[in-house]
Amino acid sequence: MGSKEIHLPGYDVPAEMQGQVAITTLDKIYNWSRKNSIWPMMFGLACCAIEMIGAAASRYDISRFGMEVMRPSPRQSDLMIVSGTVTKKMIPQIVRLYNQMPEPRYVIAMGACASGGGPFKEGYTVVSGVDKFIPVDVYIPGCPPTPQALIHGFLALMKKIERESIKEVAWYKKGESEPVPVPVLGPDLMDLRKFELIREVTHRVSEVEENFNPEKPEVEG
Amino acid sequence: MIDQTTIVPAHRLVQRFPQWVAADERPGYSGFLVNPEHLVEIVRSLRDEMGYDYLSSITGVDYLPEGKLEVVYHFYKTTGGSGLNLKVQVSRKEAVVPSLVPLYSGANFQEREIWDLLGIHFVGHPDLRRILTWEGFHGHPLRKDWKEPFFEEETKPFKSRWPEGQVQRIEDKNPFKDNLQYPNEFDPETWIPHSEELLYSGLKKIKKTDDLHTDQVIINLGPQHPSTHGVFRMVVVMDGETIVDLRPVMGYLHRNHEKIAERNTFLQNMPFTDRLDYICSMSNNFGYALAVEKLMGVKPPERAEYIRVIMAELTRVMNHFIAVGFLLNDLGAFFTPVLYALEERELILDVFEEVSGSRMMCNYFRFGGLARDFPEGSEEKMRRLVFDRLPRKIDEMDEFLTKNDIILGRCEGVGVITAEQAIANSASGPVLRASGVPYDLRRADPYSIYDRFDFDVAVRFHGDIYDRYLVRMDEMRQSVRILQQAVRDLPKGPIMSGKPQYQVRVPAGESYGRVEGPKGELGFYVISTGKPNPWRYHVRAPSLINLTSLADMSRNEKIADVVTILGSIDIVLGEVDR
Repeated sequence: MGSKEIHLPGYDVPAEMQGQVAITTLDKIYNWSRKNSIWPMMFGLACCAIEMIGAAASRYDISRFGMEVMRPSPRQSDLMIVSGTVTKKMIPQIVRLYNQMPEPRYVIAMGACASGGGPFKEGYTVVSGVDKFIPVDVYIPGCPPTPQALIHGFLALMKKIERESIKEVAWYKKGESEPVPVPVLGPDLMDLRKFELIREVTHRVSEVEENFNPEKPEVEG
Repeated sequence: MIDQTTIVPAHRLVQRFPQWVAADERPGYSGFLVNPEHLVEIVRSLRDEMGYDYLSSITGVDYLPEGKLEVVYHFYKTTGGSGLNLKVQVSRKEAVVPSLVPLYSGANFQEREIWDLLGIHFVGHPDLRRILTWEGFHGHPLRKDWKEPFFEEETKPFKSRWPEGQVQRIEDKNPFKDNLQYPNEFDPETWIPHSEELLYSGLKKIKKTDDLHTDQVIINLGPQHPSTHGVFRMVVVMDGETIVDLRPVMGYLHRNHEKIAERNTFLQNMPFTDRLDYICSMSNNFGYALAVEKLMGVKPPERAEYIRVIMAELTRVMNHFIAVGFLLNDLGAFFTPVLYALEERELILDVFEEVSGSRMMCNYFRFGGLARDFPEGSEEKMRRLVFDRLPRKIDEMDEFLTKNDIILGRCEGVGVITAEQAIANSASGPVLRASGVPYDLRRADPYSIYDRFDFDVAVRFHGDIYDRYLVRMDEMRQSVRILQQAVRDLPKGPIMSGKPQYQVRVPAGESYGRVEGPKGELGFYVISTGKPNPWRYHVRAPSLINLTSLADMSRNEKIADVVTILGSIDIVLGEVDR
């Protein structure tokens, strides 16, 4: 613990009080305390979850960064680590979990799948990245990212938190924040915000097939 | 080529049912074609008269050019030896096959999977719902004429990704700019969502006779629940704290392994197998390599065989360490035993990283050998690990846990499954062996060079959580024994037979390669048509099939024990859902 870490330059502290007194801004001490006590949600999806556990174990030990308190309940967590492939069957639950997290909340997309579909992107039930639905703060590449890479991602998140200001952050603004609409499972995954588009496209496709002219060969790919 | 199928029961089967059974004479195929109407009768005679009591795998194949769908059954005997496969062909339009669930309850999830992915209807199945996708999903994805939203071409390598200077992104071609597709004229406003009524209505309830007016409650555990080891859901009916019925719900990690694999070339599938059971990537490589090598007719050189065994056994030790650690987690010893287990995992992963370049996703095996040899110093590290460190640490774990009062109290006599039930449920691995069935593929149907090593098959007889734990501890010791012999005898020499090839030539035919993975029997069913891509690629996932026993184990236990019972089965969701 260092008062040096939060002490602002330009303010002199008497020699006998150095190390005990720090003069700083509210923003700085607020962010300093937040970034050193991020509680991740105990939430594993796939392969990356195993490396996340590896990062929490003794060799890599994320408790060095105040992150070892993993909470299975979204109500008690600050950070959601989306550790693995996001499927269409799972995304409604992930969005729901995200909505249940209290603000300030952060999301790390761990690994290729959570960031953009990864090796399974072409699969029919794979969502091409969790950021199609919920906002992501830090993306970590790798398949799976090593624990070192995950820790690097944590440090990047800490830097991001450091830059926030109480005056601007969304969670101190008036009114409640809007929840992300939970997608529903129909014949395929349906985002409630895109019903218009879905209807438009499905009807357009069928019109094209009705007016299909067999003399004109269809151009493929 | 003829693989496991022996001739002896074969002619007996044809003699017995001459009109209904015919040998499968397609080149490269083995087994018998069976008339679907008489399937149940034939299988009953196979089970009761010929001793094929173990239904290892069921899978479906879509032969689009012939207009046929085929269901392939692999039968084995738990006393060991080679197997027998039966096939049933039906037309694609009227795909109806009798269900084998009344004979082998282990067929339950596999038939549901075939219904889900291939649209074959199983008559007499007690609970034919979709399993990996969801109710209301459009189409049956593994049919060859079903196209996914991000469909580019039938097979890889895709021309669009060929370096012609023009990069095309598949997202740009899709009207939604996303991995989505809907049936024509689909209207989301008038669409009625499918409820989970079928799931809930199928649950058993008991009739209460006492005077207390209590309700039976349905509780969902998961998919986000710390006890489920991933994204798994259990629906339980409870009477007080006692479980009346349980249904597992899976598919939350279904990432279309098989569909992607059928577009891939043979070698491109190797890294995908790593991601099946992501704790044991080396064993997955092993199974797939064996299946394709069987088709190709190649054998890896001596040194490669030894290294394969070393890697597979190291994986087993690692997996069991983690399994035991997390079982203790489920028992409430939160994260302390796991830390000990993960310490050993890191050391084993160091070896994997040195030899393969990656900690978890090793992608180390090749058809006919291995990707690369050990780097310098690796052998020495391994020697220290298997002769000194691992035996010591297994003993340490044993000392801390095995006689612990809490473990004994919570594990003994809980989650029992009998040998008969386990066999009928097609359980495999530690789950089967803890019930008193000494069925270990390394002995029962030896592959690679396992016949050269001196080891015992771990077996226990009570079929409860405690015995499953003990079997894992015993197996770790046996694995260390094998490792010590393999490291001692490791010969010098090449690690690849022939030249390493990017594109392998695989003759037409079918092949079923199976290995004793840490979780159980891991099988790969591969069909080649002689082209660079497999026509069908199916994984017989031990985690999925072992879950069939979960309901039997959990009935009449307490809710807190369900968590432990699930932990004692040791599942990995990547393999359950694929």
